[in-house]
Amino acid sequence: MLTVSDLDILELEAMANTIRQDIIRMLVSAGSGHAGGPLGMAEVFTALYFRVMRHNPDNPDWEERDRLVLSNGHICAVRYAAMARSGYFPVDELLTYRKIDSRLQGHPHNLSLPGLENTGGPLGQGLSQAIGRCLAARMDDKDYRVYCAMSDGEHDEGQTWEALMFAGNHKLRNLTTLLDRNNIQIDGHTEDIFPLEPLRAKYEAVKWHVIEIDGHNIRQIIEACGEAKAVYEKPTAIICHTIPGKGVDYMENEPEWHGKAPSAEMGERALEQLHAEGERIRNGIAKLRG
Amino acid sequence: MKIVNQDAHLVESLFGNDVKKAATRDGYGQALLELAETDPDVVVLSADLTESTRTLEFSKRYPERFIEAGVAEQNMAGMAAGLAFEGKIPFVSSFAVFSPGRNWDQIRVSICYSKANVKIGGSHTGLTTGGDGATHQALEDIAMMRCLPNMVVLAPCDVIETKKATIAAARHKGPVYIRFARDKTPVFTTDKTPFEIGKAVVFREGSDAAIIACGTMVYPALQASEELAALGLSVMVVDSPSIKPIDIETIVASAKDTGAIVTCEEHQIYGGLGGAVAEVLAARFPVPQEFVGVNDTFGESGEPRELWDKYGLTVDHIVKAVTKAVARKGGY
Ligand SMILES: Cc1ncc(C[n+]2csc(CCOP(=O)(O)OP(=O)(O)O)c2C)c(N)n1
Ligand SMILES: [Mg+2]
Repeated sequence: MLTVSDLDILELEAMANTIRQDIIRMLVSAGSGHAGGPLGMAEVFTALYFRVMRHNPDNPDWEERDRLVLSNGHICAVRYAAMARSGYFPVDELLTYRKIDSRLQGHPHNLSLPGLENTGGPLGQGLSQAIGRCLAARMDDKDYRVYCAMSDGEHDEGQTWEALMFAGNHKLRNLTTLLDRNNIQIDGHTEDIFPLEPLRAKYEAVKWHVIEIDGHNIRQIIEACGEAKAVYEKPTAIICHTIPGKGVDYMENEPEWHGKAPSAEMGERALEQLHAEGERIRNGIAKLRG
Repeated sequence: MKIVNQDAHLVESLFGNDVKKAATRDGYGQALLELAETDPDVVVLSADLTESTRTLEFSKRYPERFIEAGVAEQNMAGMAAGLAFEGKIPFVSSFAVFSPGRNWDQIRVSICYSKANVKIGGSHTGLTTGGDGATHQALEDIAMMRCLPNMVVLAPCDVIETKKATIAAARHKGPVYIRFARDKTPVFTTDKTPFEIGKAVVFREGSDAAIIACGTMVYPALQASEELAALGLSVMVVDSPSIKPIDIETIVASAKDTGAIVTCEEHQIYGGLGGAVAEVLAARFPVPQEFVGVNDTFGESGEPRELWDKYGLTVDHIVKAVTKAVARKGGY
């Protein structure tokens, strides 16, 4: 594995911060959409698109690319922003999110935008599709990896467990999931609405390798993805402990911000906070550069 | 000619700027609260969409009769069947794309085949769901519910009719699907407007053509009839909230009286109200029929009105369809 310098990490943090600002602007412009999940997964998507995945924005259909299936489609704003920032399409296009004739559908549609691997929104469908891609890779002797971003809420769905047991039974070692363990769903906190714990033990019981990380720590995300590659007999679940709404004080850990857009005014407040954080990161970068 | 059927008891100024707007899903929530007061067997289930399906107030007032199923619609439908077999009247609540979308097999076997007294409330139907896009816009739910034996299918036209439909569903013994929507739409019926499972209501009399509509398309159908009147066409408007059982008598009479039919629905043309009406008329009194609905395509993100425009559901589209149906009367 390539080593990741402190400077690299800070630069990725700066990108995650930019992506958070994009998300706020998209939501304000759309007047609807999801805030909590996307903000909480900014580091994960930054790490995937800017460090972990083998992909080529100029050639989204590249056969050798790693695949990223997004199962909890409602957090697509973070994926769109990460894609735009890595060059899949112009950053300006982000503001068409959720509007008529846009390629950036409110829930992602595989045929609407090159680089999306699946259609998502209805929860619990993504992992099965990711498994299908893993099985195809095995049949065709391909070495691409399949990443699947998922949410904790969708572990309520039976299909998620059908898929988890299948993947464990079939020792799908080319499969890595990144699970947004943010402890919220729509009606409240997961442990009040539909408790999932002990989640790790459940995964291990169905034959998965499990890594638990701080989902806002980019170094941990990169290292966990590296560890997953090195596990030869099991699929790997990376349980990313995250704070929904991360970076915006009035959104953090609040289930009510699962699926709401800030008003223009509240959006400004959010952007101010994110600017300040961006400034802090840039100072850190300047200091390291000396 | 004075045309609005007085027996329908619609609001006074039907086309005035003061027509109020409310979401049909509000009617579902209001009815559940009313039912709960008088009927201790009424139970509500929600799949992590309690506020959106307007069952939040019920969950607060009657926590012992509210079941949070989590994001697990298949299990929710199965649990509802079990509750029903023990004498409860469960209302299964979610977005229609998930229920009856995801749990169709459970509804088919555990509920319909088994005649479980379960009511299914499907919200966020139609393009008016808006920004969430095609995944969340139910346009197939009437089709998948109407083909099930023992199922009653209701698609009420405004908040007041949705409330009545929900109450009627509770009184009916057997499975019922009630379809409603997210966006605010005109409130144009009143408490006095008749509602009965199996019955359609003539909202406006007419002799040149009849528009048979359900749900959010009934009000635009009335607007279209007004525009057509200005063009010299006398157009009947029939509200058909009961898609199954469908009101054969009223539909056949409207075909006989006018000789041309247009059906309107915020649903796929294939398998919806239009199909149900065509099934009735083909066997009894075939006349030219035009179909206003979504034409074999998925929706997309956008503002409700923009989507109606793009996918052919505006007053204009209805006016054109009526003109076409009337022109076909002489045969092609
Ligand atoms: C099958 C299905 N049922 C219901 C929904 C509605 N829904 C969208 S997101 C969500 C909450 C699930 O929790 P989670 O994915 O953890 O949300 P987040 O942490 O991003 O707020 C629900 C119930 C859905 N998208 N799919
Ligand atoms: Mg969550």
